[in-house]
Amino acid sequence: MISVKHLKKSFKDIEVLKGIDLEINKGDVICIIGPSGGGKSTLLRCLNLLEKPTGGSIIFDGNELTDKKTDLNLHRQKMGMVFQQFNLFPHMTVLDNLTCAPMMLKKIPKAQAESKAMELLARVGLADRAAAYPNQLSGGQKQRVAIVRALCMEPEVMLFDEPTSALDPEMVGEVLDVMKELAAEGMTMVVVTHEMGFAREVSNRILFLDGGCIMDEGTPGEIFDAPQSERLQSFLAKVL
Amino acid sequence: MGAWLAKYYETIIGSGYYTMLIDGLKTTIVITIGALVIGVAIGALIAAIKYFAEDTPVLKPLVWICDVYVTVIRGIPVVVLLLVFYFIILKSSEGTVVGIITFGINSGAYMAELIRSGIGAVDSGQMEAGRSLGMSKLQAMRVVVLPQAVRYILPAVGNELIALLKETAVAGYVAVVDLTRAGNLIRNNTYDAVNPLLTIALTYLAMVVILTWVLGKFERKLAKSDKR
Repeated sequence: MISVKHLKKSFKDIEVLKGIDLEINKGDVICIIGPSGGGKSTLLRCLNLLEKPTGGSIIFDGNELTDKKTDLNLHRQKMGMVFQQFNLFPHMTVLDNLTCAPMMLKKIPKAQAESKAMELLARVGLADRAAAYPNQLSGGQKQRVAIVRALCMEPEVMLFDEPTSALDPEMVGEVLDVMKELAAEGMTMVVVTHEMGFAREVSNRILFLDGGCIMDEGTPGEIFDAPQSERLQSFLAKVL
Repeated sequence: MGAWLAKYYETIIGSGYYTMLIDGLKTTIVITIGALVIGVAIGALIAAIKYFAEDTPVLKPLVWICDVYVTVIRGIPVVVLLLVFYFIILKSSEGTVVGIITFGINSGAYMAELIRSGIGAVDSGQMEAGRSLGMSKLQAMRVVVLPQAVRYILPAVGNELIALLKETAVAGYVAVVDLTRAGNLIRNNTYDAVNPLLTIALTYLAMVVILTWVLGKFERKLAKSDKR
């Protein structure tokens, strides 16, 4: 589904990604772990070109995304993204947050967009907050709405950029539960996370990113129970 | 007190000069509103050019032109600008029109910065969220960023409006009979300095107080929509 080849990204003189190769297949749940500054978020943000790669290629459904002629806006509709800071639109109600993009970009009639949004809201247990404004919600509620906002576009893949890192500890679970459910339904997901328990339980593949390179890659069993590289071992020793 | 009132009546009202003050006030208001419209239009245009030039290299020369414009305007006193426009650039035009254009072009330079910093005050994650859903930069700007930026921009534009209103008092330099010039003409004709000048000073003050009150009400209304 997404094929990343020799992906490089530099900010000024600092090379953050030093040639990443990655195949993402339909139904994959890939967790990206690693120390801060290792390039995890940058890699994720390169996948939908929120960051412009300085080298390499990203092929999504057969389209080269780094090609200037590619209609990025069209492809981004198929790649949902969830941010660490939620980034809900504070001037709109929850319902408007959910329906504005489908109505504007996919020309879905209001009634249909709203019924779809309400159905998804109900599934994350927030149907009663449809008329609320984002600032009236708790962090966990905001992030669940943000996930639903991305889902309303019916994406083929969901990108999560540290979705629980800005949450109070007691709200982490409710967001992870929603993500687990998504994974169980077969949604293709790429998740940058520090939640090792989630990574072990939900993902089928884990990437260990450090110093701009994929230092280790494997199933949860391979990564957590039999880590190969020394850097992965010392990283796991610190976080587990 | 009675003597003063009698004198006031003689200078301003009995003489019929008050109609001149009212006409002057109208001219002041026309120039202010006209200049505000032009200023906001220019400011928005410059802010837009600078914003979209960030990733559209074709627009770079326009940015350079905008920078020159802002530098030139901010570096020249508005009275001098007014004289230049009246006597050189727009030679045969009517004073009021010259006033509207000059003050408009002048305040456009300041508006540009106000609008730009208002847009800059909106968290960059908002634009990213819009783009990640598939909106174009223009769509995300219109639907997501601008509605939030307005809250930062409006109070600043209100302050600029108040400054603009008082600035127009120099319009008399180019034969425009605005409120200030009207007062000054009455002083000249009646040899009574106190009453005409006191009248126009209080008129400006009253307008500014009313404007401030209206803007404050507006701001509170904006703050209320920020539901927390």
